[in-house]
Amino acid sequence: MWKDFVEKGSRHALLTLSLLSLITTVLVIGLLIKESTGFFAQVSIFDFLFGTTWQPLIEPRQFGVLPLVMGTMYIVIGAVAIALPLGVLIAVYLSQYASEKTRAWLKPSLEVLAGIPTVVYGYFALSFITPSLQKMFEGVDIFNAVSGAIVVGIMIIPMISSICDDAFQALPPSLTEGAYALGATSLEVVFQIMIPAAAAHIWSAVVLAVSRAIGETMAVTLAAGSNPNLFGSPLESIQTMTAYIVQVSLGDVEHGGVEYLTSFAVALLLFAMTLSMNILGHKMVKRSARYKQ
Amino acid sequence: MSRATRDKIFRIFCRLASYFALVILAVLLIHVVKEGWQWLDLQFLSSFPSRHPEKAGVKAAIFGSLYLISLTALFAIPVGVGSALYLEEYAENNKFNRMIQVCIANLAGMPSIIYGLLGMLVFGRFFMLEDSLLTGALTLALMALPVITISSRNSIQSVPRSLREAGYAVGARKYQVVFFQVLPAAIPGIMTGVILSISRAIGETAPLIVVGALSYIAFVPESLMDPFTVLPVQVYNWASRPQEEFHQLAAAGIITLLAVLFLLNSLAVFIRMRASRRR
Repeated sequence: MWKDFVEKGSRHALLTLSLLSLITTVLVIGLLIKESTGFFAQVSIFDFLFGTTWQPLIEPRQFGVLPLVMGTMYIVIGAVAIALPLGVLIAVYLSQYASEKTRAWLKPSLEVLAGIPTVVYGYFALSFITPSLQKMFEGVDIFNAVSGAIVVGIMIIPMISSICDDAFQALPPSLTEGAYALGATSLEVVFQIMIPAAAAHIWSAVVLAVSRAIGETMAVTLAAGSNPNLFGSPLESIQTMTAYIVQVSLGDVEHGGVEYLTSFAVALLLFAMTLSMNILGHKMVKRSARYKQ
Repeated sequence: MSRATRDKIFRIFCRLASYFALVILAVLLIHVVKEGWQWLDLQFLSSFPSRHPEKAGVKAAIFGSLYLISLTALFAIPVGVGSALYLEEYAENNKFNRMIQVCIANLAGMPSIIYGLLGMLVFGRFFMLEDSLLTGALTLALMALPVITISSRNSIQSVPRSLREAGYAVGARKYQVVFFQVLPAAIPGIMTGVILSISRAIGETAPLIVVGALSYIAFVPESLMDPFTVLPVQVYNWASRPQEEFHQLAAAGIITLLAVLFLLNSLAVFIRMRASRRR
Protein backbone atom coordinates (compact mmCIF):
# COMPACT_ATOMS: atom_id res chain seq x y z
CA MET A 1 0.00 0.00 0.00
CA TRP A 2 2.69 2.45 1.12
CA LYS A 3 4.95 1.19 -1.62
CA ASP A 4 2.25 1.78 -4.24
CA PHE A 5 2.05 5.35 -3.06
CA VAL A 6 5.82 5.87 -3.23
CA GLU A 7 5.91 4.22 -6.66
CA LYS A 8 3.33 6.60 -8.11
CA GLY A 9 4.58 9.60 -6.18
CA SER A 10 8.19 9.23 -7.28
CA ARG A 11 7.15 8.94 -10.91
CA HIS A 12 5.07 12.10 -10.76
CA ALA A 13 7.71 14.00 -8.80
CA LEU A 14 10.37 13.19 -11.40
CA LEU A 15 8.02 14.15 -14.23
CA THR A 16 7.41 17.51 -12.54
CA LEU A 17 11.17 18.13 -12.30
CA SER A 18 11.67 17.47 -16.00
CA LEU A 19 8.76 19.78 -16.86
CA LEU A 20 10.92 22.66 -15.64
CA SER A 21 12.92 22.61 -18.88
CA LEU A 22 9.74 22.95 -20.88
CA ILE A 23 8.53 25.80 -18.68
CA THR A 24 11.89 27.61 -18.96
CA THR A 25 11.81 27.38 -22.76
CA VAL A 26 8.23 28.68 -22.92
CA LEU A 27 9.10 31.51 -20.51
CA VAL A 28 12.18 32.57 -22.46
CA ILE A 29 10.35 32.73 -25.77
CA GLY A 30 7.19 34.24 -24.25
CA LEU A 31 8.91 36.93 -22.20
CA LEU A 32 11.36 37.96 -24.94
CA ILE A 33 8.47 38.33 -27.38
CA LYS A 34 6.28 40.14 -24.83
CA GLU A 35 8.97 42.71 -23.93
CA SER A 36 10.00 43.16 -27.56
CA THR A 37 6.39 43.85 -28.52
CA GLY A 38 6.57 46.91 -26.29
CA PHE A 39 9.67 48.00 -28.17
CA PHE A 40 8.23 47.36 -31.62
CA ALA A 41 5.16 49.42 -30.70
CA GLN A 42 7.51 52.43 -30.66
CA VAL A 43 10.05 51.47 -33.32
CA SER A 44 9.12 49.71 -36.55
CA ILE A 45 10.57 46.24 -37.10
CA PHE A 46 11.84 47.38 -40.48
CA ASP A 47 13.85 50.26 -38.97
CA PHE A 48 15.22 47.89 -36.34
CA LEU A 49 16.35 45.14 -38.69
CA PHE A 50 17.63 47.26 -41.56
CA GLY A 51 18.62 50.55 -39.94
CA THR A 52 22.31 51.33 -40.20
CA THR A 53 22.79 53.49 -37.11
CA TRP A 54 22.57 52.26 -33.53
CA GLN A 55 22.22 55.18 -31.19
CA PRO A 56 19.65 54.20 -28.58
CA LEU A 57 20.86 56.14 -25.55
CA ILE A 58 21.40 59.68 -26.86
CA GLU A 59 19.29 62.00 -29.01
CA PRO A 60 18.54 61.77 -31.89
CA ARG A 61 17.77 58.15 -31.13
CA GLN A 62 18.16 55.60 -33.85
CA PHE A 63 17.51 51.91 -33.52
CA GLY A 64 19.11 50.19 -36.51
CA VAL A 65 20.55 46.93 -35.18
CA LEU A 66 22.86 46.23 -38.14
CA PRO A 67 25.98 47.76 -36.52
CA LEU A 68 25.59 45.40 -33.55
CA VAL A 69 25.03 42.41 -35.85
CA MET A 70 28.10 43.46 -37.82
CA GLY A 71 30.14 43.68 -34.60
CA THR A 72 29.07 40.17 -33.69
CA MET A 73 29.97 38.99 -37.21
CA TYR A 74 33.51 40.39 -36.92
CA ILE A 75 33.99 38.35 -33.76
CA VAL A 76 32.39 35.20 -35.19
CA ILE A 77 34.29 35.22 -38.48
CA GLY A 78 37.62 36.02 -36.83
CA ALA A 79 37.15 33.44 -34.10
CA VAL A 80 36.16 30.64 -36.48
CA ALA A 81 39.01 31.53 -38.86
CA ILE A 82 41.42 30.94 -35.96
CA ALA A 83 39.73 28.02 -34.24
CA LEU A 84 38.71 25.89 -37.23
CA PRO A 85 42.15 25.16 -38.73
CA LEU A 86 43.77 24.79 -35.30
CA GLY A 87 40.93 22.66 -33.96
CA VAL A 88 40.96 20.30 -36.95
CA LEU A 89 44.77 19.96 -36.90
CA ILE A 90 44.67 19.20 -33.17
CA ALA A 91 41.96 16.59 -33.75
CA VAL A 92 44.08 14.99 -36.49
CA TYR A 93 47.09 14.95 -34.17
CA LEU A 94 45.06 13.43 -31.33
CA SER A 95 43.44 10.74 -33.42
CA GLN A 96 46.25 9.88 -35.85
CA TYR A 97 49.70 10.75 -34.55
CA ALA A 98 49.66 11.10 -30.78
CA SER A 99 50.61 8.08 -28.69
CA GLU A 100 48.13 6.79 -26.10
CA LYS A 101 50.28 8.42 -23.45
CA THR A 102 50.38 11.86 -25.11
CA ARG A 103 46.65 11.69 -25.76
CA ALA A 104 45.97 10.90 -22.12
CA TRP A 105 47.43 14.20 -20.90
CA LEU A 106 46.89 16.40 -23.97
CA LYS A 107 43.12 16.00 -24.12
CA PRO A 108 42.42 17.05 -20.51
CA SER A 109 44.89 19.94 -20.83
CA LEU A 110 42.95 21.25 -23.82
CA GLU A 111 39.74 20.94 -21.80
CA VAL A 112 41.28 23.35 -19.29
CA LEU A 113 41.24 26.01 -22.03
CA ALA A 114 37.47 25.55 -22.29
CA GLY A 115 37.05 25.67 -18.52
CA ILE A 116 38.67 29.06 -17.95
CA PRO A 117 36.01 31.71 -17.19
CA THR A 118 35.31 34.06 -20.09
CA VAL A 119 35.99 37.16 -18.01
CA VAL A 120 39.58 35.88 -17.64
CA TYR A 121 39.89 35.76 -21.42
CA GLY A 122 38.55 39.30 -21.53
CA TYR A 123 41.25 40.43 -19.14
CA PHE A 124 43.88 38.52 -21.14
CA ALA A 125 42.77 40.21 -24.36
CA LEU A 126 42.82 43.65 -22.81
CA SER A 127 46.10 43.38 -20.93
CA PHE A 128 48.16 41.04 -23.12
CA ILE A 129 46.85 40.53 -26.66
CA THR A 130 45.95 44.17 -27.38
CA PRO A 131 49.32 45.54 -26.15
CA SER A 132 51.08 42.87 -28.25
CA LEU A 133 49.03 43.86 -31.31
CA GLN A 134 49.84 47.51 -30.67
CA LYS A 135 53.55 46.69 -30.74
CA MET A 136 53.17 44.86 -34.07
CA PHE A 137 50.77 47.11 -35.97
CA GLU A 138 50.06 50.81 -36.25
CA GLY A 139 46.67 52.23 -35.33
CA VAL A 140 45.37 49.52 -33.01
CA ASP A 141 42.90 50.96 -30.50
CA ILE A 142 42.78 49.88 -26.86
CA PHE A 143 39.43 48.29 -27.61
CA ASN A 144 39.39 46.45 -30.93
CA ALA A 145 37.56 43.66 -32.70
CA VAL A 146 40.70 41.67 -33.61
CA SER A 147 41.73 41.12 -30.02
CA GLY A 148 38.18 40.03 -29.14
CA ALA A 149 38.07 37.63 -32.08
CA ILE A 150 41.43 36.10 -31.09
CA VAL A 151 40.36 35.27 -27.53
CA VAL A 152 36.98 33.95 -28.60
CA GLY A 153 38.84 31.83 -31.15
CA ILE A 154 41.12 30.44 -28.43
CA MET A 155 38.08 29.72 -26.31
CA ILE A 156 36.32 27.61 -28.94
CA ILE A 157 39.37 25.58 -30.05
CA PRO A 158 38.66 22.76 -27.54
CA MET A 159 35.05 22.56 -28.66
CA ILE A 160 35.98 22.11 -32.33
CA SER A 161 38.89 19.76 -31.62
CA SER A 162 36.84 17.49 -29.38
CA ILE A 163 33.88 17.19 -31.80
CA CYS A 164 36.28 16.51 -34.72
CA ASP A 165 38.32 14.06 -32.66
CA ASP A 166 35.16 12.12 -31.75
CA ALA A 167 34.17 12.10 -35.43
CA PHE A 168 37.60 10.82 -36.54
CA GLN A 169 37.57 8.14 -33.85
CA ALA A 170 34.14 6.99 -34.97
CA LEU A 171 35.22 6.38 -38.58
CA PRO A 172 35.46 2.66 -39.43
CA PRO A 173 39.16 1.68 -39.31
CA SER A 174 38.75 -0.20 -42.59
CA LEU A 175 38.35 3.15 -44.35
CA THR A 176 41.78 4.51 -43.43
CA GLU A 177 43.49 1.12 -43.47
CA GLY A 178 42.28 0.57 -47.01
CA ALA A 179 43.92 3.82 -48.10
CA TYR A 180 47.16 3.04 -46.24
CA ALA A 181 47.21 -0.41 -47.91
CA LEU A 182 47.14 1.32 -51.29
CA GLY A 183 50.25 3.27 -50.27
CA ALA A 184 48.68 6.62 -49.34
CA THR A 185 50.59 8.87 -46.97
CA SER A 186 48.88 10.01 -43.78
CA LEU A 187 48.49 13.50 -45.27
CA GLU A 188 46.52 12.02 -48.16
CA VAL A 189 44.48 9.86 -45.82
CA VAL A 190 43.57 12.89 -43.69
CA PHE A 191 42.54 15.18 -46.53
CA GLN A 192 41.07 12.69 -48.98
CA ILE A 193 39.50 10.12 -46.67
CA MET A 194 39.05 11.31 -43.09
CA ILE A 195 37.99 14.93 -43.54
CA PRO A 196 35.47 14.18 -46.34
CA ALA A 197 34.06 11.24 -44.36
CA ALA A 198 33.72 13.32 -41.21
CA ALA A 199 32.60 16.47 -43.07
CA ALA A 200 29.12 16.55 -41.53
CA HIS A 201 30.57 16.48 -38.03
CA ILE A 202 33.16 19.12 -38.84
CA TRP A 203 30.43 21.38 -40.21
CA SER A 204 28.28 20.79 -37.17
CA ALA A 205 31.28 21.69 -34.99
CA VAL A 206 31.61 24.94 -36.94
CA VAL A 207 27.92 25.72 -36.57
CA LEU A 208 27.94 25.05 -32.82
CA ALA A 209 31.13 27.10 -32.47
CA VAL A 210 29.50 29.99 -34.33
CA SER A 211 26.57 29.81 -31.96
CA ARG A 212 28.97 29.88 -28.98
CA ALA A 213 30.80 32.87 -30.44
CA ILE A 214 27.56 34.79 -31.10
CA GLY A 215 26.50 34.34 -27.49
CA GLU A 216 29.92 35.07 -25.99
CA THR A 217 29.65 38.11 -23.77
CA MET A 218 32.30 39.07 -21.25
CA ALA A 219 35.41 38.52 -23.35
CA VAL A 220 34.07 40.66 -26.18
CA THR A 221 32.72 43.32 -23.84
CA LEU A 222 36.15 43.77 -22.27
CA ALA A 223 38.20 43.35 -25.44
CA ALA A 224 36.13 45.00 -28.15
CA GLY A 225 34.53 47.85 -26.25
CA SER A 226 31.19 49.55 -26.84
CA ASN A 227 31.25 51.53 -30.04
CA PRO A 228 28.60 50.28 -32.51
CA ASN A 229 30.10 50.73 -35.94
CA LEU A 230 28.73 49.30 -39.18
CA PHE A 231 31.76 49.57 -41.40
CA GLY A 232 34.47 50.16 -38.83
CA SER A 233 37.97 48.78 -39.13
CA PRO A 234 38.52 45.62 -37.10
CA LEU A 235 41.38 47.45 -35.40
CA GLU A 236 38.88 49.88 -33.89
CA SER A 237 36.31 49.45 -31.17
CA ILE A 238 33.02 47.77 -32.07
CA GLN A 239 30.03 46.59 -30.08
CA THR A 240 28.40 43.18 -30.25
CA MET A 241 24.78 42.39 -29.47
CA THR A 242 25.74 40.77 -26.16
CA ALA A 243 28.00 43.68 -25.17
CA TYR A 244 25.09 46.06 -25.70
CA ILE A 245 22.89 44.09 -23.29
CA VAL A 246 25.67 44.32 -20.68
CA GLN A 247 25.98 48.05 -21.26
CA VAL A 248 22.26 48.56 -20.66
CA SER A 249 22.36 46.34 -17.55
CA LEU A 250 25.24 48.32 -16.06
CA GLY A 251 23.74 51.73 -16.76
CA ASP A 252 20.98 53.38 -14.81
CA VAL A 253 18.24 52.85 -17.31
CA GLU A 254 14.64 53.52 -16.41
CA HIS A 255 12.50 50.37 -16.36
CA GLY A 256 9.89 50.30 -19.08
CA GLY A 257 11.54 53.07 -21.10
CA VAL A 258 12.47 52.44 -24.70
CA GLU A 259 16.20 52.11 -23.83
CA TYR A 260 15.34 49.34 -21.41
CA LEU A 261 13.16 47.57 -23.98
CA THR A 262 15.90 47.66 -26.63
CA SER A 263 17.90 45.04 -24.77
CA PHE A 264 15.00 42.59 -25.10
CA ALA A 265 14.64 43.23 -28.83
CA VAL A 266 18.39 42.63 -29.22
CA ALA A 267 18.14 39.54 -27.01
CA LEU A 268 15.27 38.17 -29.11
CA LEU A 269 17.37 38.52 -32.25
CA LEU A 270 20.32 36.91 -30.45
CA PHE A 271 18.11 34.04 -29.28
CA ALA A 272 16.72 33.48 -32.79
CA MET A 273 20.24 33.39 -34.24
CA THR A 274 21.73 30.96 -31.71
CA LEU A 275 18.61 28.77 -31.71
CA SER A 276 18.65 28.32 -35.49
CA MET A 277 22.40 27.62 -35.39
CA ASN A 278 21.97 25.01 -32.66
CA ILE A 279 19.07 23.28 -34.43
CA LEU A 280 21.06 23.22 -37.67
CA GLY A 281 24.14 21.84 -35.90
CA HIS A 282 22.25 19.03 -34.17
CA LYS A 283 20.37 18.16 -37.38
CA MET A 284 23.65 17.77 -39.28
CA VAL A 285 25.02 15.30 -36.73
CA LYS A 286 21.79 13.30 -36.78
CA ARG A 287 21.63 13.14 -40.55
CA SER A 288 25.19 11.91 -40.86
CA ALA A 289 24.47 9.27 -38.20
CA ARG A 290 21.55 8.00 -40.27
CA TYR A 291 23.68 7.98 -43.39
CA LYS A 292 26.30 5.78 -41.75
CA GLN A 293 23.77 3.10 -40.87
CA MET B 1 58.53 18.16 -52.83
CA SER B 2 58.02 14.47 -52.46
CA ARG B 3 54.87 13.03 -50.94
CA ALA B 4 56.82 11.74 -47.97
CA THR B 5 58.26 15.20 -47.22
CA ARG B 6 54.87 16.84 -47.44
CA ASP B 7 53.55 14.19 -45.10
CA LYS B 8 56.30 14.91 -42.60
CA ILE B 9 55.67 18.65 -42.73
CA PHE B 10 51.97 18.06 -42.16
CA ARG B 11 52.71 15.93 -39.11
CA ILE B 12 54.85 18.72 -37.71
CA PHE B 13 52.03 21.22 -38.30
CA CYS B 14 49.56 19.01 -36.43
CA ARG B 15 51.95 18.67 -33.52
CA LEU B 16 52.66 22.42 -33.50
CA ALA B 17 48.94 23.23 -33.48
CA SER B 18 48.44 21.06 -30.39
CA TYR B 19 51.38 22.55 -28.54
CA PHE B 20 50.42 26.06 -29.65
CA ALA B 21 47.13 25.73 -27.77
CA LEU B 22 49.01 24.65 -24.66
CA VAL B 23 51.50 27.49 -25.03
CA ILE B 24 48.61 29.97 -25.07
CA LEU B 25 47.27 28.42 -21.88
CA ALA B 26 50.72 28.71 -20.29
CA VAL B 27 51.17 32.33 -21.45
CA LEU B 28 47.76 33.23 -20.05
CA LEU B 29 48.48 31.70 -16.65
CA ILE B 30 52.00 33.15 -16.43
CA HIS B 31 50.78 36.60 -17.46
CA VAL B 32 48.02 36.58 -14.84
CA VAL B 33 50.33 35.36 -12.07
CA LYS B 34 53.05 37.84 -13.01
CA GLU B 35 50.63 40.79 -12.97
CA GLY B 36 48.65 39.85 -9.91
CA TRP B 37 51.11 38.14 -7.61
CA GLN B 38 52.32 41.25 -5.81
CA TRP B 39 48.77 42.27 -4.83
CA LEU B 40 47.83 38.86 -3.51
CA ASP B 41 48.19 38.98 0.26
CA LEU B 42 46.09 38.52 3.38
CA GLN B 43 45.00 42.14 3.18
CA PHE B 44 43.64 41.56 -0.36
CA LEU B 45 41.73 38.46 0.69
CA SER B 46 40.23 40.06 3.79
CA SER B 47 39.26 43.52 2.53
CA PHE B 48 36.17 44.90 0.87
CA PRO B 49 36.28 46.74 -2.47
CA SER B 50 37.65 50.26 -2.32
CA ARG B 51 38.37 53.23 -4.54
CA HIS B 52 41.97 53.00 -3.42
CA PRO B 53 43.69 50.03 -5.06
CA GLU B 54 46.01 49.41 -2.10
CA LYS B 55 43.02 49.02 0.24
CA ALA B 56 40.80 47.01 -2.11
CA GLY B 57 40.09 43.33 -1.64
CA VAL B 58 37.86 40.42 -2.50
CA LYS B 59 36.32 39.36 0.81
CA ALA B 60 32.75 40.12 -0.25
CA ALA B 61 33.33 38.49 -3.63
CA ILE B 62 34.80 35.27 -2.20
CA PHE B 63 31.89 34.81 0.22
CA GLY B 64 29.44 35.83 -2.51
CA SER B 65 30.88 33.27 -4.92
CA LEU B 66 30.88 30.46 -2.34
CA TYR B 67 27.32 31.15 -1.16
CA LEU B 68 26.05 31.57 -4.69
CA ILE B 69 27.60 28.37 -5.93
CA SER B 70 26.37 26.32 -2.95
CA LEU B 71 22.84 27.56 -3.52
CA THR B 72 23.08 26.96 -7.25
CA ALA B 73 24.24 23.38 -6.68
CA LEU B 74 21.48 22.88 -4.11
CA PHE B 75 18.82 23.88 -6.66
CA ALA B 76 20.29 22.51 -9.86
CA ILE B 77 21.60 19.06 -8.90
CA PRO B 78 18.38 17.46 -7.56
CA VAL B 79 16.29 18.88 -10.40
CA GLY B 80 18.82 17.96 -13.09
CA VAL B 81 19.41 14.42 -11.84
CA GLY B 82 15.68 13.96 -11.21
CA SER B 83 14.69 14.91 -14.72
CA ALA B 84 17.49 12.72 -16.13
CA LEU B 85 16.07 9.78 -14.13
CA TYR B 86 12.59 10.51 -15.48
CA LEU B 87 13.73 10.76 -19.08
CA GLU B 88 15.88 7.62 -18.93
CA GLU B 89 13.87 5.32 -16.65
CA TYR B 90 10.22 6.37 -16.91
CA ALA B 91 9.52 8.37 -20.05
CA GLU B 92 7.87 6.57 -22.96
CA ASN B 93 9.05 7.55 -26.40
CA ASN B 94 6.14 9.85 -27.22
CA LYS B 95 5.79 13.32 -28.68
CA PHE B 96 5.58 15.08 -25.32
CA ASN B 97 8.76 13.53 -23.93
CA ARG B 98 10.64 14.17 -27.15
CA MET B 99 9.59 17.80 -26.88
CA ILE B 100 11.12 17.99 -23.38
CA GLN B 101 14.36 16.61 -24.81
CA VAL B 102 14.40 19.18 -27.61
CA CYS B 103 13.87 21.93 -25.02
CA ILE B 104 16.79 20.67 -22.93
CA ALA B 105 19.10 20.48 -25.95
CA ASN B 106 18.25 24.05 -26.95
CA LEU B 107 18.54 25.42 -23.42
CA ALA B 108 22.04 23.92 -23.23
CA GLY B 109 23.08 26.10 -26.18
CA MET B 110 21.34 29.30 -25.12
CA PRO B 111 23.70 32.25 -24.47
CA SER B 112 24.18 32.83 -20.74
CA ILE B 113 23.19 36.48 -20.97
CA ILE B 114 19.66 35.47 -21.99
CA TYR B 115 19.42 33.45 -18.77
CA GLY B 116 20.30 36.71 -17.04
CA LEU B 117 17.38 38.56 -18.69
CA LEU B 118 15.05 35.64 -17.87
CA GLY B 119 16.19 35.56 -14.23
CA MET B 120 15.80 39.31 -13.89
CA LEU B 121 12.23 39.25 -15.23
CA VAL B 122 11.03 36.08 -13.49
CA PHE B 123 12.86 36.03 -10.15
CA GLY B 124 13.85 39.68 -9.80
CA ARG B 125 10.60 41.30 -10.94
CA PHE B 126 7.77 38.76 -10.89
CA PHE B 127 8.72 37.05 -7.63
CA MET B 128 10.08 40.36 -6.33
CA LEU B 129 13.39 38.93 -5.14
CA GLU B 130 15.14 42.02 -6.56
CA ASP B 131 18.92 41.77 -7.02
CA SER B 132 19.34 39.28 -4.17
CA LEU B 133 21.61 36.30 -3.72
CA LEU B 134 18.54 34.11 -4.27
CA THR B 135 17.81 35.65 -7.69
CA GLY B 136 21.43 35.05 -8.75
CA ALA B 137 21.43 31.46 -7.54
CA LEU B 138 18.10 30.58 -9.17
CA THR B 139 19.26 32.14 -12.45
CA LEU B 140 22.53 30.21 -12.45
CA ALA B 141 20.65 27.04 -11.48
CA LEU B 142 18.46 27.36 -14.58
CA MET B 143 21.62 27.78 -16.64
CA ALA B 144 23.37 24.76 -15.12
CA LEU B 145 20.30 22.54 -15.36
CA PRO B 146 20.47 21.37 -19.00
CA VAL B 147 24.16 20.42 -18.79
CA ILE B 148 23.57 18.43 -15.59
CA THR B 149 20.52 16.72 -17.11
CA ILE B 150 22.28 15.76 -20.35
CA SER B 151 25.41 14.37 -18.69
CA SER B 152 23.41 12.56 -15.99
CA ARG B 153 21.31 10.91 -18.70
CA ASN B 154 24.47 9.66 -20.39
CA SER B 155 25.80 8.10 -17.24
CA ILE B 156 22.40 6.59 -16.29
CA GLN B 157 22.25 5.14 -19.80
CA SER B 158 25.58 3.39 -19.31
CA VAL B 159 24.41 1.55 -16.16
CA PRO B 160 24.22 -2.09 -17.33
CA ARG B 161 20.74 -3.53 -17.93
CA SER B 162 21.62 -6.58 -15.89
CA LEU B 163 21.70 -4.48 -12.72
CA ARG B 164 18.08 -3.45 -13.23
CA GLU B 165 17.01 -6.98 -14.18
CA ALA B 166 18.70 -8.34 -11.04
CA GLY B 167 16.72 -5.87 -8.92
CA TYR B 168 13.42 -6.86 -10.52
CA ALA B 169 14.34 -10.54 -10.23
CA VAL B 170 14.50 -10.32 -6.44
CA GLY B 171 11.14 -8.57 -6.39
CA ALA B 172 12.11 -4.89 -6.17
CA ARG B 173 9.66 -2.18 -7.16
CA LYS B 174 10.55 0.20 -9.95
CA TYR B 175 11.32 3.06 -7.59
CA GLN B 176 13.54 0.77 -5.54
CA VAL B 177 15.48 -0.23 -8.64
CA VAL B 178 15.73 3.38 -9.83
CA PHE B 179 16.77 4.97 -6.54
CA PHE B 180 18.73 2.17 -4.87
CA GLN B 181 20.34 0.40 -7.85
CA VAL B 182 20.56 2.66 -10.89
CA LEU B 183 21.19 6.00 -9.19
CA PRO B 184 24.09 4.87 -6.94
CA ALA B 185 25.73 3.10 -9.88
CA ALA B 186 25.48 6.24 -12.01
CA ILE B 187 26.79 8.67 -9.39
CA PRO B 188 30.48 8.78 -10.42
CA GLY B 189 29.44 9.70 -13.97
CA ILE B 190 26.85 12.18 -12.76
CA MET B 191 29.52 13.89 -10.66
CA THR B 192 31.56 14.61 -13.79
CA GLY B 193 28.72 16.56 -15.35
CA VAL B 194 28.00 18.32 -12.08
CA ILE B 195 31.63 19.44 -11.71
CA LEU B 196 31.61 20.71 -15.28
CA SER B 197 28.44 22.77 -14.96
CA ILE B 198 29.20 24.09 -11.49
CA SER B 199 32.69 25.17 -12.61
CA ARG B 200 31.06 27.00 -15.49
CA ALA B 201 28.66 28.67 -13.07
CA ILE B 202 31.48 29.89 -10.78
CA GLY B 203 33.10 31.74 -13.66
CA GLU B 204 29.86 33.12 -15.04
CA THR B 205 29.66 36.90 -15.17
CA ALA B 206 27.18 38.15 -17.76
CA PRO B 207 23.90 36.80 -16.32
CA LEU B 208 24.84 38.05 -12.86
CA ILE B 209 25.52 41.54 -14.15
CA VAL B 210 22.09 41.47 -15.81
CA VAL B 211 20.29 40.36 -12.62
CA GLY B 212 22.11 43.14 -10.79
CA ALA B 213 25.13 41.74 -8.96
CA LEU B 214 27.01 44.79 -7.79
CA SER B 215 30.75 45.12 -7.62
CA TYR B 216 30.75 47.56 -4.73
CA ILE B 217 29.55 45.57 -1.74
CA ALA B 218 31.20 46.36 1.57
CA PHE B 219 29.68 43.51 3.57
CA VAL B 220 29.36 39.75 3.49
CA PRO B 221 25.80 38.70 2.49
CA GLU B 222 23.97 37.40 5.56
CA SER B 223 20.62 36.36 4.16
CA LEU B 224 19.23 35.06 0.89
CA MET B 225 17.71 38.46 0.21
CA ASP B 226 20.95 40.46 0.51
CA PRO B 227 22.59 42.02 -2.54
CA PHE B 228 25.85 40.33 -3.45
CA THR B 229 28.93 40.33 -5.64
CA VAL B 230 31.00 37.46 -6.96
CA LEU B 231 34.64 37.08 -8.02
CA PRO B 232 34.11 37.29 -11.81
CA VAL B 233 31.95 40.43 -11.51
CA GLN B 234 34.61 42.00 -9.29
CA VAL B 235 37.30 41.03 -11.82
CA TYR B 236 35.25 42.53 -14.65
CA ASN B 237 34.80 45.74 -12.73
CA TRP B 238 38.53 46.13 -12.07
CA ALA B 239 39.56 45.09 -15.56
CA SER B 240 37.20 47.62 -17.15
CA ARG B 241 38.82 50.54 -15.32
CA PRO B 242 41.59 52.41 -17.09
CA GLN B 243 44.17 52.53 -14.26
CA GLU B 244 47.04 50.06 -14.33
CA GLU B 245 46.72 49.29 -10.58
CA PHE B 246 43.18 48.08 -11.03
CA HIS B 247 44.26 45.80 -13.89
CA GLN B 248 46.76 44.23 -11.51
CA LEU B 249 44.01 43.89 -8.90
CA ALA B 250 41.92 42.16 -11.58
CA ALA B 251 44.80 39.72 -12.13
CA ALA B 252 44.99 39.05 -8.40
CA GLY B 253 41.22 38.48 -8.42
CA ILE B 254 41.64 36.03 -11.31
CA ILE B 255 44.27 34.07 -9.36
CA THR B 256 41.79 33.83 -6.47
CA LEU B 257 39.02 32.77 -8.86
CA LEU B 258 41.17 30.09 -10.50
CA ALA B 259 42.28 28.86 -7.08
CA VAL B 260 38.65 28.50 -5.95
CA LEU B 261 37.86 26.68 -9.21
CA PHE B 262 40.83 24.36 -8.74
CA LEU B 263 39.95 23.56 -5.11
CA LEU B 264 36.33 22.78 -5.93
CA ASN B 265 37.38 20.61 -8.88
CA SER B 266 39.83 18.66 -6.75
CA LEU B 267 37.19 18.18 -4.08
CA ALA B 268 34.73 16.88 -6.66
CA VAL B 269 37.28 14.52 -8.19
CA PHE B 270 38.07 13.23 -4.69
CA ILE B 271 34.39 12.60 -3.96
CA ARG B 272 34.01 10.85 -7.30
CA MET B 273 36.98 8.59 -6.63
CA ARG B 274 35.61 7.62 -3.22
CA ALA B 275 32.16 6.98 -4.67
CA SER B 276 33.51 4.69 -7.37
CA ARG B 277 35.75 2.83 -4.92
CA ARG B 278 32.90 2.05 -2.56
CA ARG B 279 30.94 0.22 -5.25
